[in-house]
Amino acid sequence: MNENLALIYQSLPYLLKGCAITIGLVGGALGLGFIIGIPMSVGQVYGNKYLSALISLYVWFFRGLPVLVLLFLFYFGLFSFLGLNLPAFTAAILVLGLRSAAYQSQIFRGSIQSLGEGQMLAARSLGMKKSEAILYIILPQALRISIPGWSNEYAILLKDSAITYAIGVMEILTRANFIATRTYKPMPMFLTCAVIFIILTYGGVKILDLLENKVSIPGYGERRSEF
Amino acid sequence: MQKDKNLVLRVEDIHKKYGKEEILKGISFEIEKGQTKVIIGPSGSGKSTLLRCINQLTILDKGKIWLENEEVTQTKKNINRFRQKMGMVFQDFNLFDHLTALKNVEIGLVRVKKIDKKEAKEKAIEELRQVGLEKQADLYPAQLSGGQKQRVSIARALAMDPKVMLFDEPTSALDPELIGEVLEVIKKLALSGMTMVVVTHEMGFARSVANEIIFMEGGRIIDQGIPYKLFTDPDHERTRQFLCKITELYGKSEEEK
Amino acid sequence: MSDINFIREILLPPVLEGTVVTLKLIVASIPLGLILGILIAVGRVYGNRLISSFCIIYTLFFRGTPLLVQLFILYFGFPSIGIFFSPFAAAIIAFILCSGAYHSEYVRGAIQSIKSGQMMAAEALGMNKFKAILYIILPQALRRSIPGCSNEIIYLVKYSSLAFMVTCVELTGAGKIIASRYFEYTLVFLVVGAIYLLMVSVVTKFLGMLEKKLEIPGIG
Repeated sequence: MNENLALIYQSLPYLLKGCAITIGLVGGALGLGFIIGIPMSVGQVYGNKYLSALISLYVWFFRGLPVLVLLFLFYFGLFSFLGLNLPAFTAAILVLGLRSAAYQSQIFRGSIQSLGEGQMLAARSLGMKKSEAILYIILPQALRISIPGWSNEYAILLKDSAITYAIGVMEILTRANFIATRTYKPMPMFLTCAVIFIILTYGGVKILDLLENKVSIPGYGERRSEF
Repeated sequence: MQKDKNLVLRVEDIHKKYGKEEILKGISFEIEKGQTKVIIGPSGSGKSTLLRCINQLTILDKGKIWLENEEVTQTKKNINRFRQKMGMVFQDFNLFDHLTALKNVEIGLVRVKKIDKKEAKEKAIEELRQVGLEKQADLYPAQLSGGQKQRVSIARALAMDPKVMLFDEPTSALDPELIGEVLEVIKKLALSGMTMVVVTHEMGFARSVANEIIFMEGGRIIDQGIPYKLFTDPDHERTRQFLCKITELYGKSEEEK
Repeated sequence: MSDINFIREILLPPVLEGTVVTLKLIVASIPLGLILGILIAVGRVYGNRLISSFCIIYTLFFRGTPLLVQLFILYFGFPSIGIFFSPFAAAIIAFILCSGAYHSEYVRGAIQSIKSGQMMAAEALGMNKFKAILYIILPQALRRSIPGCSNEIIYLVKYSSLAFMVTCVELTGAGKIIASRYFEYTLVFLVVGAIYLLMVSVVTKFLGMLEKKLEIPGIG
């Protein structure tokens, strides 16, 4: 038992560097997903039907394929096909980000639609252009309502980041496996790996909960999503 | 204790605390077969808690309850057997939302009493007929009005052939126009000889149906007696005050009619 | 060799074999995962302190860790303490345990959303807790958890691809093997992707029909 604990202790620095990679992956993907997801959700709710259909197609594609298949498709396939020589880490952020955009756009779309017509009507009646109404009235509310769903997306992305093992990204699981195969001690390594993920998952969600409380508007508490 | 063969329900010195607050501070009363006792009193006086203690949905801290000379409070194991003999009607109806009216009435018979399905269905339809709802047998609770829901819940409780019926403010959650149909059913039941305890705010109903009225406040029985006495010349000042206020409220609306 | 021929003669046979393995994986894990989820949810809401705590810890672990890590623990970790699973078995066990935890959260939320009056009325009729849960609470809770549980089932159809990471050759694995042999990643994974899209669409449609069939006015 003692030698297992010693091994874990010695591996920690190496594993924690993996944490940095993982957090980078998750942060990058969440950010990319956010930047692309918001315009997509606005396009779906307020755009014309061709735009809406195109976006739905994108969402269907990126939500319908497993993460592993997307990683293989893009990293080994499309990126080389397009002549891009991206390192695994960057490719992973791109793929996870594009996928997250699909999910995030639906979260935001749901929030926007839950606001009801009234908000837009009131804004337009004041003389605002559609774009102004969206920017100053719709989005500030929709984004707050989306925080629970977003927090959920964080947890999912964090766990999906482990799949990037398959394309060689040096995140937590890859590193744990590296040590496990060299020391013939898979159990302690993977259990440690599991514990690190648990801490990151629940810690992150807790932080996002605090964020939700900080930006909450009195009376909005009712719109909790189920997860 | 074994004296009165006619005693259906006997409640002795019930105490119940919620946290630090004592809700019931020593309630005792008894009911003979065929009697209807109506419990009235301000909100928070513990009336609902008392009913739930009788069928042990709420566990009492101290006190004893007898149903037909068998002590209910002794047996932790066989409480379900006693509950089958006590019918309860809730303020919020509590119909099983995933079952039709007919199935709501049937389910106690089929799953608890283990009666044959065919027999159970016949009995259920008969009970629904008694409350005037045999045409609504295949509707779901969401498709029924409040008054209809409450009548189904009465049919559900009656189907179990209880020795005593416990009504917990049966009309408090109903729209005024629907109250009448439910009170009709309860009155009919009382006249047919069912032993009943009814907690209610409906004073007109209480006067016409009760053999005895019990006035509760702050977890104690303040006064009890026949309706005529309580309404015209009660022993206690507090009773007089309470009934005056209530009759004012109801009295006015009677005049306006 | 032209693309069409490649697909027909070289790609399709192993890929279809892989699809069969995928189907076996999901047909085995989905129902069992759902049942486990229901048991955990009931244990958590109605169980005594010991059972309830166990359910909480279980859910915490299986929802807080990646499925891939769970797979590795089962397939690579357990042998070191003398328990050996085949790749297929390890995959199924991981899928059941993992999706069970997610299902249990949906079912638990649904159970807790049912008014306490339902349980009271059931007990007032003389039902014991077991009967009340079985005949009154669960029929309603399960209807309410259909959207969430459907979501989880579709997730499992996709995440079955991770079985390849513990050397179980299902659809994705079959694709990868062919793709690396012939350097045809894009084509292969577009085909593999199309098959997943098809499976997901079929399952979604099926679950939608199921939900419609079980609908009751007022719930579900």
